[in-house]
Formats: sequence, structure tokens, C-alpha cells
Amino acid sequence: MNTWSNIRTIAKRELAAYFSSPLAYVFIVIFLLLCGFFTFMVGGFFERGEASLVRPFFDWHPWFYLFLVPAVGMRLWAEERRVGTIELLLTMPITAWQAIVGKFLASWLFLGLALVLTFPIVMTVNYLGSPDNGLIISGYIGSWLMAGAYLSISCFTSAMTRTQVVSFIVSVVICLFLILAGFPPVIRLLEGWAQPWLVDVVTSFSVITHFDGFQKGVLDTRDIVFFGSIIGFSLFTTSVILRGHRAG
Amino acid sequence: MIKVQNLAKVFGAKRAVDGVSFSVERGEVLGFLGPNGAGKSTTMRMITGFIPPSAGTASVGGFDVVAQPIQAKRLVGYLPENAPAYTDMTVHGFLNFAAEIRGLTGDAKKKAVYRVVEMCFLESVLHQSVETLSKGYRHRTCFAQSIIHDPEVLVLDEPTDGLDPNQKHEVRQLIRRMGEKKAIIFSTHILEEVDASCSRVIIIDRGRVVANGTPDELRARSDWAGAVTLRVGGLTGAAARDQLGRIPEVKHISIVAEDPSGVSVRVYPKPSATRQLARVIGEATHGWRIEELHTEEGRLDEVFRNITMPDTVNAREEKE
Repeated sequence: MNTWSNIRTIAKRELAAYFSSPLAYVFIVIFLLLCGFFTFMVGGFFERGEASLVRPFFDWHPWFYLFLVPAVGMRLWAEERRVGTIELLLTMPITAWQAIVGKFLASWLFLGLALVLTFPIVMTVNYLGSPDNGLIISGYIGSWLMAGAYLSISCFTSAMTRTQVVSFIVSVVICLFLILAGFPPVIRLLEGWAQPWLVDVVTSFSVITHFDGFQKGVLDTRDIVFFGSIIGFSLFTTSVILRGHRAG
Repeated sequence: MIKVQNLAKVFGAKRAVDGVSFSVERGEVLGFLGPNGAGKSTTMRMITGFIPPSAGTASVGGFDVVAQPIQAKRLVGYLPENAPAYTDMTVHGFLNFAAEIRGLTGDAKKKAVYRVVEMCFLESVLHQSVETLSKGYRHRTCFAQSIIHDPEVLVLDEPTDGLDPNQKHEVRQLIRRMGEKKAIIFSTHILEEVDASCSRVIIIDRGRVVANGTPDELRARSDWAGAVTLRVGGLTGAAARDQLGRIPEVKHISIVAEDPSGVSVRVYPKPSATRQLARVIGEATHGWRIEELHTEEGRLDEVFRNITMPDTVNAREEKE
């Protein structure tokens, strides 16, 4: 139980750090504005005339997260290293894993909170018609898992550097790859010259492909495993990088 | 409490720490001296488990820092160089966090925070964010963090760096008081601090321990140790040098000041005669009008220079 209380202490501190700086509020406001604008204006929510959030709302999430999640994750380790508090943190009686998981969970919960705050859109669609709420819930779950996958990537790019900007750029590029691998125009381009199996391999790396299932209301184990393994792998890489720094 | 054996750390081609061994028992305050880049911080980082050693072992309270890091870290309070602290937290929040992660909860946590706030004089800034603190307060906040769980072992990397003279004095007093019950290592390059709070000194240079002893023992290694300075009225420097030079125990003589009314001379003893030089001089200078005479104590700064940069010191002495 010691493990959990350590993780909780770290996570609590990290969450408090978000809300003691403008970052949390700026992030939430921008995220909600983007969601509203794209759902109702660009996504053509009203013009569609159907009580569904799939296309007009969730379709945009991979793209919002591309910029917003690295902005949340970039400070996780880069700031610790820049200020030197990493030396305090890692000489406390906790393991590096507890610190990594604690920090990750805090940011993930924060992203979850931002996501939950989009509830007025759900209320709107329920007021206007009778949507399949199971579909919406599975969309939310998928969206949160996808955010976690992005976040874990920013977590490890953040551990690589003491400059937040570098961390941000590198993680945007990696996340962009994960999106583009399943982006229809890119797939069409690929189909022009690559073998079908290669196309399959590439698209299977894409968050879009795996997010699609959730949007259709299918909680497929493979999709959950996909996001879970990105998170697991990235956090493991983080621990390797941190150990590498300390070993000199 | 702290045992370090043949500890080494290699960064690329550089051997930052190269076979350091020592131990610190409860009730001891060990001063860790050395020029910048000598390997002091690296050694401390290995003892606290921040970086793993390349070779050798370090243990705290019997727990090896590599094999049983959590148990070892529980016993240690650590103030890293430059006293880092989470800038986005208040002092109170930061200390609460430190207490929680040390496993303190409820009443024990409250008491611990209250105790260190009082010890480190932090009441006035308790609800201020760390970012807005002056360097001295920030330093003390980080120091407070290191003693919040009343650890048996304290590792302090330049605990007085950046403090004003009053604060320095307070911290030294604090270290000395706590040193009665704990094992403390602190690094510094301020030599007066060693006298003010250490029971033992280690000098480290280029990754190696070059001296290890009590402050008095180290001071005795100084050329100054046992030297006699005297002022004689109505005598010229040449005459004084001539007469004193005949004393067999004298190694060499330097004229400190000379004016028409008299001369000040410093006489350095041969190593065998550090204790009786004043008496011998007294016997050999019958009839002199001695206005002043005293025996010098060794000087730590000179010992430090002698040990850590022997070449330059010798070169300068030859020139004199």
C-alpha cells in the first residue's frame, strides 16, 4: 500500500502544480472553445440533422490533442531537470517508477477533467434528439485513452531534455506520425505503391484507426491494448532515460 | 552510519570520483572540503542514491544504497547543491509534500512541519510561493525539507551557500547542534565553517581523499603551526636574522616588517620542534627588547592550498 500512497502524493502535488499556474485554466478554456467551435461551426453539427457526436465532435480530438497534450506533458520532467528538483524527488524514499506513474496519472486525470467539462455538448445533443449515449460514452473512453497515449509520449520526450520547447516539438512530431499513419489521404497515397500488408502494418500504428472503433461504440480489446501498450512502452522508455541521465 | 568504500564515478573519460573511502558515525559532523570540481557533489549524490556509483559501495545505516535504496533513503535527509524547490508551491505546501512523501500523516505531519518551520525561521513566508522567496529563504526552505523527518543521517551540499553572515551563523549553529545526535556530512569551501561546526574534516581533490583528520590535526600540518612571531625594539632585520639563524631548531626566518624603531620577525620551526620554539627563542635572545611574542597556530587555508595545489605553493615560496 506504500506504493499507492507514494504515487498518490506525487500525483496530488503534480495536479496542484497545474492549478497553481495559469496553464490549467488556459488549457481548459482553449480546449473547450476549440471543441465548441469545431463541433458547431466546422463540424456542421446542426446541418447534419442527426443526434450523434461521432463525426462532428470526436473526429476532431486526435487533432486537438496533437498540440494540446504535449503542452500539458512537456513540463513533467523537463521542468524538474531544469530547476534541479529531480534531485530531491529521486532521493526521496520512492522508486523512479512511482514518480513516473504518479506524474503521468496526475496529468492524465487533468486531461480527463478537461474532457468531462465538455458535458454541455452531450446535454445539447440529448436535448435536441435522442442519441445513442452508449456510443458517446465509448467515444469518451476512447478519447481519454488516446489522450493518455499522447501524454505518455510527451512524458518521455520531456524526460529527454531540460528544455520544454524541445520536448513539445519532438512529441508533436511523434504524435503527428501516429495520426498520419491512419489519415485517409496518407493511406490512399500509400496504397498507390506499397503492398497491402505494409499498408496494414502502417495503419495499425495509427491512433485514428484505433480510435475509430470507440467512435463506433465497439470496445475492442485490441484497441484498448494498443493504447495501453503505447502508454506502457513510453513510460518504460521514460524510466530508461531517467536512469541513463543519472548513470552519466 | 555512513560507510563509503572505494567509491568511484566515471563520466565519459573523466574520473569525477576515484576511490573514495571514509565513514561517519553518529555524533560526528564531517566537513567535506575541496576545490570546485573535486568530486564533492558527485560523492554526495552517490551516497544519497541520486546517481549510481561506477565502482565501490556506499551504505547508510547498514543499507547499501544500490541494493536497498528505499531503506537507505529513508534514513537520509538531503540538501542538494543550489537548494532546489518546487517554485510553483507555497512553502507550506512544499513542506507538507516533503512530509507526506516521507510517510508522515495526520498529526505527525503537522507537528513535523511546525517543528522545521520554527527551526528554520520560516513563519513569515509560510504561505508565500517559493518562486517569490529571496535566496536565503529558499535555501532554508530546502534545508527544512531535509530535516522534516528528523533523519539520522544528513547530507548537506554547501548548506551556507548564498546566505548572509547572520544566516550562515544560524545554519552552522544548527548543524553543530544536530550533529550531537546525527551523522552529518556537509560540503563547503569556506574554511571558517570547518572550525565552527566540524568534528572531522576530509579534503578531497581530483576525486581522491587527500587528507582526513580533526581540524586540529590538519592545522598541525601547516608550516605556520608552532611558528613564532616576535617584535623586537631597537634592532635591525639583518641582526635579528643573524642571531635567530644560529638556533638549531629554526628552519627559516622571514622579516615581516622593519622600521627604524625595530623589527617584526616570523620564525618557522623544524618539524621536530613545533612545541618549544618560543621557549628556545626566549633563551637565545637575552638582552633583546622583546615587545611582542606569540606562537602561531596552523592555518587551515594554508594547509588546504598546500594539499590541493602543492606546485603553486612551492613555487611561490621559492620566489620569496
